Amino acid sequence: MQFTSMILSNVEISPDYWRIRLTAPQPFAAATPGQFVMVGINNTIDPLLRRPLAVFDIGTYTPAQSGAVPQVYFEMLYKVVGKGTALLSALHETDMLDILGPLGTGFEQGDENEEKLIVGGGIGLAPLYLLAKELVTRKSPVRLFAGGRTRDDILCITEFKRLGVECYTATEDGSLGEQGYVTVALNKHLDNLKGKATIYACGPDAMLHAVAKIAAERHIPCQVSLEGYMACGVGACLGCVAPGKGHSQETPDYRCVCTEGPVFEASELKWGV
Amino acid sequence: MQNNKPEMSVDLCGIPLRNPIMTASGTFGYGEEFVDYVDLLSIGAFVTKGLSLKPRAGNPTPRIVETPGGMLNAIGLQNVGIDAFIAKKIPFVRTVNTPCIANFFGDTIDEYAEMARRLDEIPEVAALEMNISCPNVKQGGIVFGTDPACAASVVAACRAATKKPLIVKLSPNVTDVVAMARACVDAGADSLSLINTLIGMAIDLKKRRPVLANITGGFSGPAIKPVALRMVWQVAKAVKVPIIGIGGIMNATDALEFILAGATAVQVGTASFINPGAAQTIAGEMETWLVDNGVADIKSLIGALKT
Repeated sequence: MQFTSMILSNVEISPDYWRIRLTAPQPFAAATPGQFVMVGINNTIDPLLRRPLAVFDIGTYTPAQSGAVPQVYFEMLYKVVGKGTALLSALHETDMLDILGPLGTGFEQGDENEEKLIVGGGIGLAPLYLLAKELVTRKSPVRLFAGGRTRDDILCITEFKRLGVECYTATEDGSLGEQGYVTVALNKHLDNLKGKATIYACGPDAMLHAVAKIAAERHIPCQVSLEGYMACGVGACLGCVAPGKGHSQETPDYRCVCTEGPVFEASELKWGV
Repeated sequence: MQNNKPEMSVDLCGIPLRNPIMTASGTFGYGEEFVDYVDLLSIGAFVTKGLSLKPRAGNPTPRIVETPGGMLNAIGLQNVGIDAFIAKKIPFVRTVNTPCIANFFGDTIDEYAEMARRLDEIPEVAALEMNISCPNVKQGGIVFGTDPACAASVVAACRAATKKPLIVKLSPNVTDVVAMARACVDAGADSLSLINTLIGMAIDLKKRRPVLANITGGFSGPAIKPVALRMVWQVAKAVKVPIIGIGGIMNATDALEFILAGATAVQVGTASFINPGAAQTIAGEMETWLVDNGVADIKSLIGALKT
């Protein structure tokens, strides 16, 4: 669906990382973890295209008016990386945005009785909070492995903890948690794993590749959420494709990130192309 | 003030269009992708993604980059191929009472002709649009699209292979677009659509690399409109067949400018990426403009530019 949305808040939560809360129509509440929206920043032609952003959280609020009934809101995390996100960060409460979504195929939540291991790198945590929120309502333990270059890249950990998620952090400079890559902590945990588990990951390509490799070696199911350069978000421009497992120069196998993804089984993709 | 609705319909080489607004190839999938956003009965026609005999995977990524007022794409003609088009996409097309125009290309003259023959057999296809101008693949038309003699031979081969209306989509990446237009019409084209994308490039200074994996790509969006208007105006004066104007149309004002310049119909392309409902919105705005300006029939504006 396409709708006009009002900004309820837009705050910098860490240097260059922002969290925005927006109004949404009632049916938006049915968005599933891992889905995204295409955000129209303004009505000018620069930037021309919408920006794809993951849905971080969905909830309800009651506007401060007498007789007001609860309304749906959703939140997104974004990093200021270019002109579009810089303009977005300059917007304020009550400013309006044009939203297309929710779009794409989200996470499969899988078996009740297995451990859920969530791995996020930097802004890659964006689609993982809503996932964690759903997973904690089921009986299995949920753990988060959050990584970044510095402590500034580790976002919203307190909120994951508040859900009852056990959190492990790793930073490359050691400013928060273990020093090194988040995959070290993940591997350490998997060494002592009893029973079954599923991994859910979102983050930089190198991290996803490493996580996919760990999952494949240990025969653990793994879902990854990808980013792609896209113009439309609805499967028309074919800009955002990712190589599938059967991909080669001779037998090309491209998957559309916006519609077939953004979440894929790691084993369905071709890594290191 | 008039009480009646303005006449919006136009005739495109024998295909009646309920209004002049079409969608451009490669920006509207095979139609089905947009049913949540566009009432297909509100537009004149829709054009499929470019089709080839065999499925085609397209180029590596990144395939898309945004630039001020436009975007570059180097998709590389990824498509499902004619067999999958017939098996998987035509059943949807059959349900829609809006003309479907099949865009197609080949690597050789024989492939072009074979595609025209295959598409001619499909009753749901109202017309054929030949892509002789894709900038992103080495074959796929770039030779045919830049040399009038080559263009004439490939158009003639397709002309002989189909009785359906044959539209030829022209490249702006030529020295003399009028010479190309004349060659295509003389070889049997029933209509010309222009312009395809302009070849462009974007560079990532930090990495000292081109942004697109293909290095160059096709430039589209509002930034190309002045070039497109100029070419439509030049070609419309030079040939007798109906012209379809394409290039950066974002709203009804843009579309009406193309009609004044000589276009019988227009195609909305990049705008559908930004607002999937753009074609429908533009058709609605155009009708409102006609009412507000006391124009009873859109056809009275075709080529009505005062110079």
